[in-house]
Amino acid sequence: MSLWKHHGKFERHSLVLLIGILVVVAIGGLVEISPLFYLESTVEKVQGVRPYTPLELRGRDIYLREGCYVCHSQMIRPLRDEVERYGHYSLAAESMYDHPFQWGSKRTGPDLARVGGKYSDEWHKAHLIDPRAVVPESVMPPYAFLAKTDLDYHDIQQKLAAMKKVGVPYTAEQIENAEADLLAQADPFDSNGPKLKQRYGAKIAQRDFDGDPERVTEMDALVAYLQMLGTLVDFKTYKAEAPENLR
Amino acid sequence: MSDRKIDEHTGVETTGHEWDGIRELDNPLPRWWLWVMWASVAFCVVYWILMPAWPGINGYTKGLLGKSDRAEVAQDLTEFKQIRGKEAAKLTNASLEQIEADPQLQAYALALGASVFGDNCATCHGTGGAGSKGYPNLRDDVWLWGGSLEDIHHTIEVGVRSGEDGARLSQMPAFGRDQMLQPAQIDDLTEYVVHLSRRKADAAAVARASTLYQEQCAACHAPDGTGAQAMGAPNLTDAEWLYGSDREDIKAQIWNGRGGVMPTWGKRLDPETIKALTVYVHANAGGQ
Repeated sequence: MSLWKHHGKFERHSLVLLIGILVVVAIGGLVEISPLFYLESTVEKVQGVRPYTPLELRGRDIYLREGCYVCHSQMIRPLRDEVERYGHYSLAAESMYDHPFQWGSKRTGPDLARVGGKYSDEWHKAHLIDPRAVVPESVMPPYAFLAKTDLDYHDIQQKLAAMKKVGVPYTAEQIENAEADLLAQADPFDSNGPKLKQRYGAKIAQRDFDGDPERVTEMDALVAYLQMLGTLVDFKTYKAEAPENLR
Repeated sequence: MSDRKIDEHTGVETTGHEWDGIRELDNPLPRWWLWVMWASVAFCVVYWILMPAWPGINGYTKGLLGKSDRAEVAQDLTEFKQIRGKEAAKLTNASLEQIEADPQLQAYALALGASVFGDNCATCHGTGGAGSKGYPNLRDDVWLWGGSLEDIHHTIEVGVRSGEDGARLSQMPAFGRDQMLQPAQIDDLTEYVVHLSRRKADAAAVARASTLYQEQCAACHAPDGTGAQAMGAPNLTDAEWLYGSDREDIKAQIWNGRGGVMPTWGKRLDPETIKALTVYVHANAGGQ
């Protein structure tokens, strides 16, 4: 009980109180957050997840810039109704290269965690230009300017380098060729195509996403990003019910 | 500093602090509040023991109840299959023809198909399946890739020009954009296509384009313009137009050679769902 009497010292010196608060909150934070960094079971071991290609990464930037996350989540929760509608529940491994992650907290539109491959590029373009042209009951605002705006990729190398600093395993070669890879992915006839696939895997979608072969637009980047969402994990080799994958 | 005294009016001890003669009573906390607090603390301890809670060095405490959200959803899905019952199980083994022949099974497949169609197909083909420009109408008797049960099943499973291995594939050349034909020739061909669909066309242009059509178009669209479902080449003699029927639309199509993309559903939907969807589309869309 003698220790109990020292609370007077905290109450009389605001700096001591401040340090005391900091220590208590830090203990809470350490216990709750730090295990996520060292526990191997945090991120499932899966096959197929790779870092974003430069074009997808720029598309993701546009996704953030336009605030798509305000209405769309990217997190299929392990609940029956969600799995029935959207597909396999999201895995931590699927957002391990996301900085920041796009799990979201509210759905005005549908979840987009597995939207990749669900619709055609043409549909995405028509839908982004005028959502009500293809979904009459939609309340999504139009993003027609994306198809008219040239993609700004002058800093794509630095962008990849920055991602590497926060832990995305881009190789020096990938960073060096970021611009060439970005251009190659948006043009099915680009001579750098084979090298792009060598660097990011054979499953990379290399095509003219916005149907405008003359230039690379923000539409190209955003559609490239949307079309790969949730398609990376090879669920044939992932054992969802193995003890190490249960949470 | 502290000078605890008993307050003479209430009989309660004071805290011992004094501010200009004012002293503070040291009343105990309400009994109910204290009990709620200690009960909450006890609840936490029990919860830590029963549920996954504390992180350790190599893992975390799993809890005595062995609760796992992921195991539960797997369990839920299994139960769901059982609730769907015998019909769902039958769907696995029955052939598409058998499903159509059995009224009860067909009714089940149609109900399942309708719900899956609304979630996955209606976005392009329209809620009622009537399609729109570039997205085929599923309510008529005209089929690009065939309207038999097998053809529909195959189309849903592999998709069209989806980039996946085995997808249905064909590509109309962009005769104008890639400068394969002169603009004047394309104008003539446009008239020829209008003529094929039994509408009034410029006779001179039709005569000029006749050989051209046989050279450039007949290989896919057939010499008489009735098309070929094996290549997804549309019948040009009917009144059904994917990209529009007026001369501007026809010319634009010859110029650009557009072809729609349908995703591969075999990787997204399970085999039973695809079967139900096939039966639904076949029944509601004038299947052959």
